[in-house]
Amino acid sequence: MDLNRRTFFRVLGATGIAAATGQRLAAAPPGGSLTEFSGILYDSTLCAGCQNCEVTCAEANGLPAPTATMEAGVTRNTDEAHRTVVNTFTTSKGEAFCKKQCMHCNEPACTAACLTQAMYKTKEGPVIWRGEKCMGCRYCMVSCPFDIPKFEYHSANPKIEKCTMCYEKMIDGKKPACVENCPAGALVAGSRRELIKEARKRIAANPDQYVDYIYGEHEAGGTGSLYLSGVPFDEIGLKTSIQTKSYPELSKGFLYSVPTIFVLWPALLLGLKEATKNNNSNSEDHE
Amino acid sequence: MNSPGYALAKDNDGKPFWKFIAGELKPKGKFLTPFNIISVPVMIAGLIIIVIRFWKGLGEVTNLTQEVPWGLWIGFDVVTGVAFAGGAYVLTFMVYILNMKQYHSLVRVTVLNGFLAYVFYAGALLLDLGRPWNVINPIIGNSFGTSSVLFLVAWHFLLYMMAQLLEFSPAIAEWLGARRARKILSGMTVGAVIFGITLSTLHQSGLGALYLMAKDKIHPLWYSEFIPVMFFVSSIFAGLSMVIFEGSISHRVFFDQISEENHKKQKNIVRGLSKICAVAMFAYFTLQVLVFIHGKRWEYLDTSMGYWYLLEMIGFVLLPMTLFFTSYRKNNITLIRVAAIITMLGIIMNRLNVTVIGFRWDQAIRYVPTWMELVVTLTVIFTEIWIFRWVINRMPVLRDSPSWVKDEE
Repeated sequence: MDLNRRTFFRVLGATGIAAATGQRLAAAPPGGSLTEFSGILYDSTLCAGCQNCEVTCAEANGLPAPTATMEAGVTRNTDEAHRTVVNTFTTSKGEAFCKKQCMHCNEPACTAACLTQAMYKTKEGPVIWRGEKCMGCRYCMVSCPFDIPKFEYHSANPKIEKCTMCYEKMIDGKKPACVENCPAGALVAGSRRELIKEARKRIAANPDQYVDYIYGEHEAGGTGSLYLSGVPFDEIGLKTSIQTKSYPELSKGFLYSVPTIFVLWPALLLGLKEATKNNNSNSEDHE
Repeated sequence: MNSPGYALAKDNDGKPFWKFIAGELKPKGKFLTPFNIISVPVMIAGLIIIVIRFWKGLGEVTNLTQEVPWGLWIGFDVVTGVAFAGGAYVLTFMVYILNMKQYHSLVRVTVLNGFLAYVFYAGALLLDLGRPWNVINPIIGNSFGTSSVLFLVAWHFLLYMMAQLLEFSPAIAEWLGARRARKILSGMTVGAVIFGITLSTLHQSGLGALYLMAKDKIHPLWYSEFIPVMFFVSSIFAGLSMVIFEGSISHRVFFDQISEENHKKQKNIVRGLSKICAVAMFAYFTLQVLVFIHGKRWEYLDTSMGYWYLLEMIGFVLLPMTLFFTSYRKNNITLIRVAAIITMLGIIMNRLNVTVIGFRWDQAIRYVPTWMELVVTLTVIFTEIWIFRWVINRMPVLRDSPSWVKDEE
């Protein structure tokens, strides 16, 4: 039972390997700060509520054609067959619409949660799902503050469904299906930086028409989907309780403590073991 | 593996290795026990449900929703089960690190319990995975999601299972009569223990850290940035309560296996564990109070969730803590066992409050598990007990090691 040199090195080696793995656990935002993420600006004041985006989204992504129409007082949600939905709200300024889809966070909770990098923040900005990596643990769904990833519960080969900002079309230099086909011009695609500039311009040009705030500029550490509205954002069903820090930030402290514990604990335990050896005579010579 | 095979043949009454194994695989003792009569039909039903689950999808047998993607199988089987398995790291810490030799007779059975718990709860995790064929991705290849707490937990489960198997392996070697192997494996125990305690610290707290990003979804009375610390501290007395509870059953069911000396020691051991539980629970309760006051959570107390919270804290932490303490002073073993059971119920409450009951507490339609989810959970537990019983009846876990072990030491 005595601790000899060999045991010591064995423990030390194991710790070293563990510490090396541990260090890579640090939660880092994908890409540097210079990366220009793409995004979509949705102007609720321009939206006519035609739901054409729902139809073209389903077409572009091979999903069944949507049949439900919207109704005031009923909040429809995205699900495994609908990557985007438009809802209508009776607000202080009358009827207003709001489109719902993935927010494409700058530092997404879902990608930080994913243990296989199946949920992936591309360098262009869209957050995509890669089926060949996903093991279906649904931790992305637990973590996403906007409840966006949806799971096919009634399938033996289930997929996660969510808006991908039509990533494949974007690679080909095209616009997302919903943006391309919005007859009211309520959707604009572009780099996030330019979209924020554009949103500011619109607010400045029509200060009476807009709430002076861009939803998504700071929410959850900044998101690719940006919203302009004529009424307070909670009136059109957007969560205003979302923190401005990114969500991966919440588990960063824990993850950073991992390498520390991996180095300190074994040393501490060995020390304790030696210290409590009390009467047992030590037959080994420790140099 | 030729030479250990030869050694085996010599030690087990000259029987060839495969004959010995075949003999050991046969059931021992009566078959129609009350436990068997209850567990076998449940396990058969559970297997059928598992087949349906893989054939038609998770939604067919569970009540999981898009808003509540983790239910009973994660909240109870994995999160609660692992807390109960914490006894193994606490006991090995006491015996091998703090040299509290009086607890040595408990180590093997606790480590075995812990190991089987991890094997079966990791197994339960597989049932919950939508695409289990990709389960290998976080282990091999270029798909490491290193910023994920779940990645850490998955790796720790895997490594800790190996560490526990190493800690337990001398018992297997004694069963097989493999003397050389036993000597080598025993030499690795301390290394495995130190590695195992480090891993346990991190994944017991890691299970709590899983829920850190679900900040807006968990009831504020159960969510704080200290969930990992709470989970770690509570795993100490959760594990020890399980050891007390499991010991009180083992001492009846496997009475004939335990030497007279160990039967006598039992009382002092339980008393000692009771004191440790009381101290750990005191620390835990203090932490909870600090978090409550620091978080300014008074406004939530006078709600139904608030009463539920008070019940958990007073009825299932403060009360058993007091019981542990007074029955330690009065040397009342029965009361200690009662305290252990209340503590375990409290741990189930706490883990379910974070993972299921307090999760999406504001939703109109709440998640309630189906009877099928319950049956599968029971199947997992019963299967574990079956294997546990099989091992206890064959290997020197509760009973003393074979005489040749003493000769060699």
